[in-house]
Amino acid sequence: MRVSLFVTCLVDQLFPQVGLDTVKVLRKLGLQVDFDPRQTCCSQPAFNSGFQSEAARVGRSFLEVYGGCEDPIVVPSGSCAAMLKVSLPHLFEPGSEWHRLARQVADRTWELSSFLVDCLGVDSTGAVFPEKVTYHDSCHLLRELGHRDQARRLIRSVQGIQLVEMEQSDRCCGFGGTFSVKYPEISAAMGREKLDRIRESGAGWVVAGDSSCLLHLHSLSEAAGVALRTLHLAELLARF
Amino acid sequence: MNWKRSPKTLRDQSRTALQDSQLQHNLQHTLSRTLHSRQLAVSEVQNWEELRHYARTVKLHTLSHLARYLEQLEAAVQQRGGQVIWAESARQATDFILDLAHRRDFRSVVKGKSMLGEEIGLNAALERWLEVVETDLGEYIVQLAGQQPSHLVAPALHLSRGQIGELFERKLDVSVGEDVERITAAARQVLRRKFLSAHLGITGVNFGVAETGTLVVVENEGNIRLSLSAPRVHVAIMGIEKVIPRLADLPVFLKLLIRSATGQRMTSYVNLVQGGRGPGERDGPSEFFLVLVDNGRSRILADAHLRETLACIRCGACQNICPVFQSIGGHAYGSTYQGPIGSILTPQLVGLQGAPEHPFASSLCGACRDICPVGIRIPDLLLELRHRIQREKGARAARLPVERWAFQIWSWLMSSRQRYELFSRWSRRLARWTAGDRLGRLSRVIPPLSRWNRERRLPELAPKSFRELHRASGEGGS
Repeated sequence: MRVSLFVTCLVDQLFPQVGLDTVKVLRKLGLQVDFDPRQTCCSQPAFNSGFQSEAARVGRSFLEVYGGCEDPIVVPSGSCAAMLKVSLPHLFEPGSEWHRLARQVADRTWELSSFLVDCLGVDSTGAVFPEKVTYHDSCHLLRELGHRDQARRLIRSVQGIQLVEMEQSDRCCGFGGTFSVKYPEISAAMGREKLDRIRESGAGWVVAGDSSCLLHLHSLSEAAGVALRTLHLAELLARF
Repeated sequence: MNWKRSPKTLRDQSRTALQDSQLQHNLQHTLSRTLHSRQLAVSEVQNWEELRHYARTVKLHTLSHLARYLEQLEAAVQQRGGQVIWAESARQATDFILDLAHRRDFRSVVKGKSMLGEEIGLNAALERWLEVVETDLGEYIVQLAGQQPSHLVAPALHLSRGQIGELFERKLDVSVGEDVERITAAARQVLRRKFLSAHLGITGVNFGVAETGTLVVVENEGNIRLSLSAPRVHVAIMGIEKVIPRLADLPVFLKLLIRSATGQRMTSYVNLVQGGRGPGERDGPSEFFLVLVDNGRSRILADAHLRETLACIRCGACQNICPVFQSIGGHAYGSTYQGPIGSILTPQLVGLQGAPEHPFASSLCGACRDICPVGIRIPDLLLELRHRIQREKGARAARLPVERWAFQIWSWLMSSRQRYELFSRWSRRLARWTAGDRLGRLSRVIPPLSRWNRERRLPELAPKSFRELHRASGEGGS
């Protein structure tokens, strides 16, 4: 089976290890992983900020890359996957060719944890990680895509791991894209609440399916001088 | 809406709220307790999701046939001897009530809690001529404090018992400390006298049942029941979206509203009002008026994308669950309706220019949509409003459209592999040039980086992007 990896702009620029580990995990499961270097961004930053025509422009270039692709598109981000699966078709007029393509892409797009569990039926990647971790439900993965259990199943399958739940694991980390710079104080206050919940859980690591949440939490903890160890799900699952 | 844009921005006010440790404590304490009760109350209802879906369907159906159901409601109320007044604007509604008070030579009014009353600025309009007393304990507290409600259901949410005790000592000259019973008793002593002497009682409406003309008002204190039964005249004010077609659906709506709002199974009082005193009846007001208020609602109704805003039953659950509301409370929004529902309703009621910040004061986390008992897709509506505000800003070009330019450049960069990769390379060079580490001093002064940097460290660009590493591994293709 072949899959096409959409690595997301954030991972490409800031967290390449997440992309490399996604490839590593998928290959371990016997998949052929294609990476089309024409890819850039899912268009979400503009869409969420209200700039629909700018988002549509980037969306069209995404569709030019993936429109003809017949393979599953795997994305190591709940937020970007939700943009592609839920929002992208809304950017184009129903009945138009772009709209048709966007819906096709939406149907073929998979967020990583859901792809592993729901599409491949994988329970374990054979990873080993003898540490105590807690899992942060990123908003779009949980509430747009409805995936609560997939990542937890995969985490529990990791050898030696102990998954402890934090209080309000489904509360937003406060990032919210441009929200974090439009309302930096509110955003940071939300993030610090999250840091408190993580600390109270007693876990040494926080795992999430979105690099953006982890980025936000990490940036806050650095500024506050608090130690926080973050791990993207792909990085965890690739520890074999 | 009775609305003057505050000279302070939402961001300014949010900063103040975040630094107010007493407010932070009050919010945390009350909201977490309410959410906990709600969770217990909802978990008892096996078919909660079905009920939500049903209620949403009924509401959307009603909205798409609103004129018909309102006329039916009007006829049913009239048949029972009530009078129905259609107020297109806030002004028409308040003028009617003022004129009525003048004609009857009324001096005093008791009011039951009504968010619509807040929306149309009823107190301000009446207070010049009449004595107006809020009789809901929370509203009474807020009125004494000279403030506005900070929550749909719990108007004095922002105040602690201690603060309320001090307020009572100052305004009523009673010593009540922090004791809830003594606070309540002190308020009751004042309010009982007002109920008995008031000429006019004004209440809101939770649901207006079209087929029977029944107006439903839920409460826990009994003050609304007194407001609508003790004075000679009862005026009920109702937003036109509050109509439901059938009495048979009322139990569904009550279950959703009450459990979502307070986490109770049922409120202490559910008032079903069928108008004033009937022939041969010995009590109740001698006259009853229903004021149906539009005040911008038909404009929302006409907008297919945003219409479901009007399905709201004002339970306040979206405020309780919202991490932004939890962080800053209601007053920071500077509007009558606050929190997630306020952020979609306010710009629609007052116009996009009147509340251009509200739709952006959200991380789009979606908790509001999931908790909403009628499933209003608040994040989608926020996005639609953001889109319209940006479009309108672009068209008017009132200020420097910096954000638009930024996204235009961004979309130009992101819509071509070559430009994206070139940008990526140059960003790395710039990062190396500026002190080698984070974007250094530059990022502390240039927005939006500076805004990010105030409370957070700027993340570093990876030394090599994923695509470079992938290509280097010999498998990247072209």
